[in-house]
Amino acid sequence: MRVPELTVPTRLARLLGRLPATPPAWLLVTSLNQLVKRGVLPADMELLAERRFEVRLVDAGVSLRFAADSRRFILDRQPGEPDLRLSANVADFARMMLREEDPDTLFFNRKLSIEGDTELGLIVKNLLDSVDWHETPLARFMAS
Amino acid sequence: MTLPELVCPAGSLPALKAAVDNGADTVYIGLKNDTNARNFAGLNFDDKSARSGIDYARARGRKVLMAINTYAQGGNVSRWHRAIDEAADLGVDAVILADLGLMDYAVRRHPDLRLHLSVQGSATNYEAVNLARELFGIRRAVLPRVLTLDQVRHVIEHTDVEIEVFGFGSLCVMVEGRCLLSSYATGESPNTHGVCSPAKHVRWEHGETSLDARLGGVLIDQYGKDEPAGYPTLCKGRFAVQGDTYYALEEPTSLNVMAMLPQIIDIGVAAIKVEGRQRSPAYVSQVTRTLRAALDAAGREAQRFSVRPAWQQELGKLSEGQQQTLGAYNRPWK
Repeated sequence: MRVPELTVPTRLARLLGRLPATPPAWLLVTSLNQLVKRGVLPADMELLAERRFEVRLVDAGVSLRFAADSRRFILDRQPGEPDLRLSANVADFARMMLREEDPDTLFFNRKLSIEGDTELGLIVKNLLDSVDWHETPLARFMAS
Repeated sequence: MTLPELVCPAGSLPALKAAVDNGADTVYIGLKNDTNARNFAGLNFDDKSARSGIDYARARGRKVLMAINTYAQGGNVSRWHRAIDEAADLGVDAVILADLGLMDYAVRRHPDLRLHLSVQGSATNYEAVNLARELFGIRRAVLPRVLTLDQVRHVIEHTDVEIEVFGFGSLCVMVEGRCLLSSYATGESPNTHGVCSPAKHVRWEHGETSLDARLGGVLIDQYGKDEPAGYPTLCKGRFAVQGDTYYALEEPTSLNVMAMLPQIIDIGVAAIKVEGRQRSPAYVSQVTRTLRAALDAAGREAQRFSVRPAWQQELGKLSEGQQQTLGAYNRPWK
């Protein structure tokens, strides 16, 4: 199953952009913590601790902000710039997560942008790459 | 006729599995430190993931090589020695070395460990390759990406060391094993620190009309809106030279030898290497699957072989700068 070539329609984005971002950010943080707890996401929390992240879903007009402490991911409600901001359309994030596309490919094609601490970006990218989905029930969704 | 081995990169366990599942004969990996030339935060293998990767490949009849291809630095040579000991202990099928001192250590300490001369060893002629065989008993040499196909043939005809060539991946200025360019902006270089644009020195700045790439504070490129980007390396930056701003050293581009596969098979190349341990499992899957299909077809069809548009499209998409070249293999003016 390939992710279709779709962008979130502008009208829907306008609506989504007005909704509070906390519920989806909470869902993201909770999922990440579950993956860490089950040993699926081999995160070295020392490398991520006290750092602030923003995932910007460009076409949906939604920004998810979260941070990490030395044990887990947490919601980030502080104002100010994150240490790392990753921006892409929803479909491109989906391709990246399902391993249909390599983040470098998306970056070369200007479909993924990285702002802030580049090394932190690399740590996050390599962390996601090292997840062995073979070992989880999500394996059947991944591109081979 | 035997086909060349398809040697694919892996920076993580899922990438190794992707290479094996998609038809790599051999996968090459590195440890999590500066003993290899892709020393990036969070990339590469520790003891546990290396063991599990080697088991996975072995169970499917494939081989695993370990790249220890940087130059040991004074005062810290023991780290490189430990890497060789660890590779021997893991039971890899060969280590890929550039440093002559490390070759000597490997031969003395682990006489049964198979040695490959890395591209970073910069051996471009058969005399150099044969000398390394006499001194250290190397079994394979990876040729730098500066030779024409005829020159590669000339090396193969004058040595019984197996010859491996690059088949796909990002190109640079290819001063293999001797490049210190990034030191001028960051104080670190590929052969000493295992990385040519250390991420902690890279900044991407989003301006009003352009994306600016800075390395060690130095502006090395500006990309217009939607203009394809490349890796932030000095050699692929655009510089103002006598009133013109352009790629004064090298354009961001990828090597792709698909069109030449029948000739590469014909001259007796032992292995074809894919660049990109820093890339993700998705890249490894796509490149491995495509080159596997192309290599098998070239083996069957010989001179009737033609590159299928779908393969070209798949590899084109993955290329840095979205440009592809036959590189030095094809130099009609020679």
